[in-house]
Amino acid sequence: MPEDVTKSGSVSPNEVPAASPAAAAPKPPAAAAKPAVPAYQRWTGELPSRLQREYGSGVQPLSYNGQNFFTVDRAIAHAVLRVLRDEAGFDYLVDCTAVHYPQRELPFEVVWILYSFRRNERLRVKASFAEGEEVPTATDLWQTANWLEREAFDMFGTRFAGHPDLRRILLPDEWVGYPLRKDYDIRKQDQDWVQKNLGIESGQ
Amino acid sequence: MSESNFYESLSDIEPGQRTYLDSNELVLNMGPQHPSTHGVLRVILKLDGEKVLGTDCVIGYLHRGVEKIGENRTYAQFNPYVDRMDYVAAVSNGLGYCLAVEKLLGVEAPKRAQYLRVILTELNRISSHHVWLGTHALDIGAITPLFYVFREREEILKIFEKYCGARLTTHAFRIGGCQYDAYEGFEKEVLKFCAEQAKKIDEYEELLTTNRIWVDRTKDVGVLSAEECIALGATGPIIRGSGVRWDLRKAQPYSSYEDFDFEIPIGLNGDTYDRYVVRIQEMRQSLRIVEQAVAGLMEGPIMAKVPKIIKPPAGEVYVSIEAPKGELGYFIVSDGTTQPYRMRVRPPSFVNLQSLDQMVRGRLVADVVAIIGTLDIVLGEVDR
Repeated sequence: MPEDVTKSGSVSPNEVPAASPAAAAPKPPAAAAKPAVPAYQRWTGELPSRLQREYGSGVQPLSYNGQNFFTVDRAIAHAVLRVLRDEAGFDYLVDCTAVHYPQRELPFEVVWILYSFRRNERLRVKASFAEGEEVPTATDLWQTANWLEREAFDMFGTRFAGHPDLRRILLPDEWVGYPLRKDYDIRKQDQDWVQKNLGIESGQ
Repeated sequence: MSESNFYESLSDIEPGQRTYLDSNELVLNMGPQHPSTHGVLRVILKLDGEKVLGTDCVIGYLHRGVEKIGENRTYAQFNPYVDRMDYVAAVSNGLGYCLAVEKLLGVEAPKRAQYLRVILTELNRISSHHVWLGTHALDIGAITPLFYVFREREEILKIFEKYCGARLTTHAFRIGGCQYDAYEGFEKEVLKFCAEQAKKIDEYEELLTTNRIWVDRTKDVGVLSAEECIALGATGPIIRGSGVRWDLRKAQPYSSYEDFDFEIPIGLNGDTYDRYVVRIQEMRQSLRIVEQAVAGLMEGPIMAKVPKIIKPPAGEVYVSIEAPKGELGYFIVSDGTTQPYRMRVRPPSFVNLQSLDQMVRGRLVADVVAIIGTLDIVLGEVDR
């Protein structure tokens, strides 16, 4: 595997056609008077069409600002991640996190950021989940998902089904509430925890 | 009880019930107040004698909710906060953040600003490696390197102080470029530092590279293969120490890194010694980059046209840079207002620390100290 990345500097040609935004490496000229507002575009190429053949409308290949991502149906999220890792060479899970959209029907959007050393390409996979719904774990695919999923659970309360050791990582174990949810105010604290453990009336 | 009586009394016990030494597993708590955990890392070690059977990292003592703060500040207001994550490489944090917001806005810093950014970021990489080398060597028992590296680090901090007024949490860059231009005599001072630093790195190597104790304490300690690094998401000098020639400055160049001629040093065995060699070589490569950037520094503006109130269009980007510790990424979701909707930081230290367990299993307690040192973590970034 290391041989593939030893070619210093030059970005190896991606498998996606040159017309795709990833290969075009969009760099707005420095002196551009008014940069055009980028819009969501369809991402076409070999990889998205292959996944669409397999999963149909469950996979939406999109591109924004030169960055590609798949919006996938929550039922096939894990299967798509496995295909991307095993067949498309996305062997490095860069990050796994969540975004909270309380007004949506499925408020928790879980985002996996992947990278392929062989293709020198980055993409994101996004799937939305309902409140209290279990997200399939990626720890069986990437070891690094362990702590990343623990952090997402700590901050958003998204439960990862099949995670070997799902507990809080940054906050104390007995903390109540999930701070990165939008209904959790920045000044809100777990007053009971603060009073009991710090011996003060309020942390404010 | 006299000695002979003591042993006689033992012989009364049935052989199966004699418990001279407790052979159970021992659980030992290391930190958070421990000098070699580089801050407030707490590691619960499960030991069999001196052999480590497993670890559990307890982190979060420095958690300040940086991501939550990011959602409640404007884009420009959040800029100084990122310096407080990896506080020994504050310039790198700022560069990654500025690049991410610029990507959202669709602007690019002018060429002169990009070169200035490269000079300061590479100087910061050297000073970050200074802190790593000094503390890592100190943990293993070599005191001298600490004084050597802090002597040279001071020179870098002086350059930062002259440039922007701050030494540690510099807030050196602004969204769209740099606020300050190079001060008078900047190039001369930087080049003078580079010339001296090259000789000083030889001095560090003289102290350590062939030092018998250093080699014994680091060779074959904390070995990670390339495959393990990829599975664990370990980046930066750790993955390069395992023989993967991967550096974001080369793989996906940003801020004009494609203009400079430099190499990516790699190791062969993926042990603590190789990671030491990789970082030492990286310092030399950084000097090369700084010298080229100073030579190529052109005249021109240092700020792109950026609106006074930064209001990126709705959308999301992930931008990452090669920080001294590894891949530092920012995933920003904008909803079209002045504040980010979601501000995610992908911290290299946090992800790299996860490989601690795999590296120390089966090793001795003393190796835990060496391995924490070689991971080069900053708890301000692990806990955020």
